[in-house]
Amino acid sequence: MSIFEQLTNRDQVFDFLTPVASPVDVRHGPILYMEGVSVSFDGFKAINNLNLTIDDGELRCIIGPNGAGKTTMMDIITGKTRPDTGSVWFGSRHNLLRMNEPDIATLGIGRKFQKPTVFEALTVFENLELAMAADKRILPTLTAIMTAEYRDRIDEILEMIGLQALRDKPAGILSHGQKQWLEIGMLLMQKPRLLLVDEPVAGMTEQEMERTAELLTSLAGKQSVVVVEHDMGFVRSIARKVTVLHQGSVLAEGTMDQVSNDPDVIKVYLGEEA
Amino acid sequence: MATSQTWLLRPFQERSTQVFLGVLFAALVVVTFLHLYMPEDSALHVSAYTVTLLGKYLCYALLAVAVDLVWGYLGILSLGHGAFFALGGYAMGMYLMRQIGDRGVYGDPVLPDFMVFLNWQELPWYWQGFDMAWFAFIMVLLAPGLLALVFGFLAFRSRVTGVYLSIITQALTFALMLAFFRNEMGFGGNNGLTDFKDILGFNLRSDATRLGLFLATGIALAVGYVVCRAIVTSKLGRVSVACRDAEARTRFLGYRVERVQLFVFVVSAMLAGVAGALYVPQVGIINPSEFSPLFSIEIVVWVALGGRATLYGAVIGALLVNYAKTVFTGIMPDAWLFALGALFVLVTVFLPKGIAGLLQKRRQKDDDQPGAQEATA
Repeated sequence: MSIFEQLTNRDQVFDFLTPVASPVDVRHGPILYMEGVSVSFDGFKAINNLNLTIDDGELRCIIGPNGAGKTTMMDIITGKTRPDTGSVWFGSRHNLLRMNEPDIATLGIGRKFQKPTVFEALTVFENLELAMAADKRILPTLTAIMTAEYRDRIDEILEMIGLQALRDKPAGILSHGQKQWLEIGMLLMQKPRLLLVDEPVAGMTEQEMERTAELLTSLAGKQSVVVVEHDMGFVRSIARKVTVLHQGSVLAEGTMDQVSNDPDVIKVYLGEEA
Repeated sequence: MATSQTWLLRPFQERSTQVFLGVLFAALVVVTFLHLYMPEDSALHVSAYTVTLLGKYLCYALLAVAVDLVWGYLGILSLGHGAFFALGGYAMGMYLMRQIGDRGVYGDPVLPDFMVFLNWQELPWYWQGFDMAWFAFIMVLLAPGLLALVFGFLAFRSRVTGVYLSIITQALTFALMLAFFRNEMGFGGNNGLTDFKDILGFNLRSDATRLGLFLATGIALAVGYVVCRAIVTSKLGRVSVACRDAEARTRFLGYRVERVQLFVFVVSAMLAGVAGALYVPQVGIINPSEFSPLFSIEIVVWVALGGRATLYGAVIGALLVNYAKTVFTGIMPDAWLFALGALFVLVTVFLPKGIAGLLQKRRQKDDDQPGAQEATA
């Protein structure tokens, strides 16, 4: 077959024309890889030689006393804070230290803030619409059209987070727990590969907590989830693997039972709580 | 919710836009009719002076819409929008100056009077091309647009927001005012540009031209309003509100906040430029006082009075305040600033959402009965 025939063969789709579903390379296992990361603010070492690996599809809980560097760690992963030393890789292809926040978000890292942050002036539906994975440049956003397909996707997530009844209400009237869910829903609309969830059950009732635990465990496998949480009961109910942070570095890692029996951990943190 | 339409047509499906355009066009038609067909001695006759005054108000209304777009929807309180207005005005003024030709006091076929007076031998390079209307009209958009682009790029990239941004916008317009006061700048110094003769071949002193300018301003306001409305009802408009309320969250969703801000800011600056360009031929002069920080603050007061983040509120605010200004400065000129201050305080205390907020509350009350069923369904 001549080259001309090859090129004009209409059945063939060239590689470069097919969209890459996920450019994140996880063939080697880990989806997030942090090595030797340190950052200090005015001499205070918030993160000190931190090493952390999250596998693709894993659900990981990170615990630690206040000031252990949990939130700073998330800031580094999402591009908000630049570390002084160390490397952070997403899959084995993307160096997160070279990217800015929107790029990292587009690549597939979603983040839920400690304090629920939703757009209060917009409706629940609109909140999810903005979060939806789409072309987020200016002109495509200006000319974006709400199609039936998008609407279905939003409704699907609405059902998952149980806010169908409040679909067209402004997000500002939601209760604290509902805002937490809406924010998780917004993360899911982004179709992320890795979810960073900062204190998802703060201010929730028992039932709400249970539902959140169900939601998060159902996500693991499809997505990788990293949960930072203070509530030990909640951590115990969802965690398969727990990492304990202390003074900016990893103190212990393992199952909840292993960790809670670790003498170092008991000394610094779990002492009276566990 | 009208969502399955091209973004530019979407506003026409909204009730508020339909009402706004209806009222605006009705007003244009009525004023035109009363001006042309009522005998001059009739009480209903609208004089050419009034037509021009109304045209001036409409320019202010367009300017207020531009400010509301960035302040109401993007949360950027610009205290320097007068600069964009004045730049648009100067671009138009330069065209009108070149149209004078050899009819000036000194009779120089090319140089405007003030240049002859300053003993300049030839036209500065930045005055080239302004004898052509199309070029001048493009510059009306481009000059404010470019300034906004450069200024916005630097400010938003460095993530300057809130009060700090307001202060540097104020500094921007103040700096420009000082620059334009200098004779060496070549924009007529503190006298500015004036003594215009005609526009596109029509005599600026004739009543017909004045009516034409008034109608053109009305149409510009309608177009500007629809463009702004199209932006705020698009997904980009919702992203703007998102940037306003929770910037960090918007960034983590993958939007480039600084680009959204830059885009909307530039559009707003261009609209302000158009307003300035239509203002100059109607008042017959443009001088550096349009750059004064006080004027930019006054625009913000109009918008606050009318109600933020509605666009029509900005129009109502601009018209009411300027009408009040005309009346007050006629009766007791010294009291005007006190009256404006009092008005601002009263509205902030009793009507935090402005006049538009009052209208919305009224409408919600009317909707309550049918609305209640919808909520339970």
